[in-house]
Amino acid sequence: MHTEIQPLLETCKQLAFDLQFSHAKKWKAEKAGRILVGYMPIYFPREIVHAAGGLAVGILGGGDHKQIIKGDAYYQSYICHMPRGIIEMALDDNLNGFDGFIFPSICDVIRNLSGIFRMLGKGKFVKYLDFPQNFEPAIGGTFYKKELQLVLDEMFRITGRRPTMEELNHSIGLFNRNRQLTERIYDIRQNYPWRLSFEDLYCVLRAGLVMPVEEHNRILSEILDYVKQDVGEPMDKIKVVVNGAFCEQPPLGLIKSIEIAGCYVVDDDLLVGSRWIQGDIGDDTSDPIGAIVDAYLTKSTFSSSVYDVNNPKEARLIALARHRRADGILFAAASFCDPALLDRPQLQKACDDAGMRYISFQYSENTGQFKVIKEQVGTFSDSIKLWEEEAVMGN
Amino acid sequence: MSKEVVKEKSMVLQKEMLGKHFIELSRTHETGKKVVYTFVPGNLSELILAFGMLPVYPEINALQSGMRKKSGSFIREAEKMGHSEDVCTYVKCDIGMMLNGNIGPTGEKLPPPDLLLLSYTGCFTFMKWFESLERLYPGVPVAMLHTPYQENGEITEEMTNYMVEQLKQEVIPKMEMVSGKKYDESKLAGILENSARAEDLIVKIFSTTKNRPSPIDAYFAGVYYIGPINSGFRGTPEAVTYYEALYEEILERVRLGLGPITPEGEMEEERFRLVVEGPPNWTSFREFWKLFYDMGAVVVASSYTKVGGVHDLGFRHDPAQPLASLGKYCMNCYTNLNLPQRIDLLAKYITEYHADGFLVNSIKSCNSFSAGQLLMMRQLEERLGIPVSFIESDLVDPRYFSYSNIKNRLDSFFQMLDQRKIIKGQMEETTA
Repeated sequence: MHTEIQPLLETCKQLAFDLQFSHAKKWKAEKAGRILVGYMPIYFPREIVHAAGGLAVGILGGGDHKQIIKGDAYYQSYICHMPRGIIEMALDDNLNGFDGFIFPSICDVIRNLSGIFRMLGKGKFVKYLDFPQNFEPAIGGTFYKKELQLVLDEMFRITGRRPTMEELNHSIGLFNRNRQLTERIYDIRQNYPWRLSFEDLYCVLRAGLVMPVEEHNRILSEILDYVKQDVGEPMDKIKVVVNGAFCEQPPLGLIKSIEIAGCYVVDDDLLVGSRWIQGDIGDDTSDPIGAIVDAYLTKSTFSSSVYDVNNPKEARLIALARHRRADGILFAAASFCDPALLDRPQLQKACDDAGMRYISFQYSENTGQFKVIKEQVGTFSDSIKLWEEEAVMGN
Repeated sequence: MSKEVVKEKSMVLQKEMLGKHFIELSRTHETGKKVVYTFVPGNLSELILAFGMLPVYPEINALQSGMRKKSGSFIREAEKMGHSEDVCTYVKCDIGMMLNGNIGPTGEKLPPPDLLLLSYTGCFTFMKWFESLERLYPGVPVAMLHTPYQENGEITEEMTNYMVEQLKQEVIPKMEMVSGKKYDESKLAGILENSARAEDLIVKIFSTTKNRPSPIDAYFAGVYYIGPINSGFRGTPEAVTYYEALYEEILERVRLGLGPITPEGEMEEERFRLVVEGPPNWTSFREFWKLFYDMGAVVVASSYTKVGGVHDLGFRHDPAQPLASLGKYCMNCYTNLNLPQRIDLLAKYITEYHADGFLVNSIKSCNSFSAGQLLMMRQLEERLGIPVSFIESDLVDPRYFSYSNIKNRLDSFFQMLDQRKIIKGQMEETTA
């Protein structure tokens, strides 16, 4: 590792797992009129908060950094772990200073968590953001536009100002840049994954959920410059795509274990919300909200939370794995995650049909033992490295 | 407790209706009638009827498989094909049933769907379920109806417009294509008149539990009562006749001061009145029910019987605005209400039905119900000072029904309710 990038990576790691959200709170305190809007996984068009003079902050649960005491009193043992971490944070005042909370419509647990936040009186507003499952512009598009308008209305009630068309277009441009930089880094890592570990990439992207996009764009630019250099030494590892971890995040130790066990992760859906829109959103239109809506309807990535009958996710996953020239897919989903786990059989079948190798495992955000998963991944990697005819190194 | 099992007129009527429906389903290859697979919450029975098609409800198939002790093997079959132990057992049971020949409750093979109508109301898993079915029945058209959630405890004009537009542009065109018939709004309106009549009657039926003793059990027997209105008969004259007969029978029980009928006959002493939140367990339904009636516990109101529509808050299908009314119906199902609404509804039941206790049957499989139940329980306890309790089971996975655990919890709960009655009686004596 070149030493010049190390401090930046350390900063990102510290910010990514700062459950006090100190950086975001400091940003808010620096200027009157700024607001913080927390959003739950997966996707939320942060552009609109940015344009309204606020910061949209990703809330991903307590992971293995937060001891759950009160949160367990809210959820039965057979409900996924993430919401209890979020409740714990809310009750421990980690989320004080947040003005509002967005709960995207991804599953019944997140939906009902929005009700719990309402009951607990957290924030100045709680919005369950009902993403349309109808992708016709005149139907689902109209509905989604109204949903976004409601978010703007909530922010207006706090700030007293509405973003102008220019401000919205400017914010859209900044987030376009953010996605472009991210994709460039993924593209380079596809061929040279040893230049930046998956663990580091994850921390860099996750840090982007708690800081202004301008600042994150500067960090991504530095990282991009770094990975363009011929740094690091390739190791005898296979390339994999990780799928299924879109909401509740695996602990960092698990991410490390995948790499240590012999895999370069060349694509993933861990922080898929930051990469949700595939390509740019129009940033010079007279209807910027319409452009955000249009991008959602036509440029969304695939996900377990999106109705996919007209654009099956298994075909898109196989296409992604092939595009990344991956040797296999790791299906990694949180325990008790209905959306991801219900998708798994059809995704696995698609892999079987396409001759794509895969393994599957479940985790919880506070999983502390990685030995079994490490052995499983290691065996998978070895089976490909040792018994496949084609070399899997490099390109 | 009398051991005599009495078949009342309404029971016979329901049996006949269901029997006729399954015969019709088994004869579709001869009659050419088209088959629509759909869900109970937010079901569009009237629209299906208006196109002369027949509905099949996968979650009802699953619960019947549970009651017939077949679900365990179906679930294992689905798990063999890669489904996790963690996920909804209705889905796995349904998939397992299909893999085993799709034999329905009458022993006859159910016809495959001509249309998958995904009325996605109050349960995210429904969407995943039909994505799976779409792969199991390749080429079968899917009509998706995304029902907005009542996040603010209200149905806005925009939400209704969204529903109506989806009905007009997504659902109805696919129904026309599959059935080969044109949409006839006047026919739909006529069907909706019957729906509103049946809804009036079912509200009256469930209100009879305000009597002491309650003439019916609104949970264990209630699941039978909601059968016709939830499983494709809402909107038919037969459903109206059924509910009229049922209501008369119940009024007669009220006149005679009789308690509910159980599988072992009439419950003679009503000791505890309960409100229950959450679906029942189906694999050990009789054993589960017996734990209550043996102790003289009767359920006077339940949220589960509102899963196919909360009619007691005033909603009725409206022939004057057919599509808007179908949309509002979908948005008005219990699991599409936000948590504060659900708590208010349960508080209303506890108060108006004079419940002694509140019980949650938390279902491992069903996040739509289960996530948030612990908070609901605490809120009701704090708000109303009512004793509350909590048991856990599953819909149709027999591995998650632990008789002794549930019995221990219920015994403790009933003891607590008894103690409370004694203390209350003593306090009243002291005051007097």
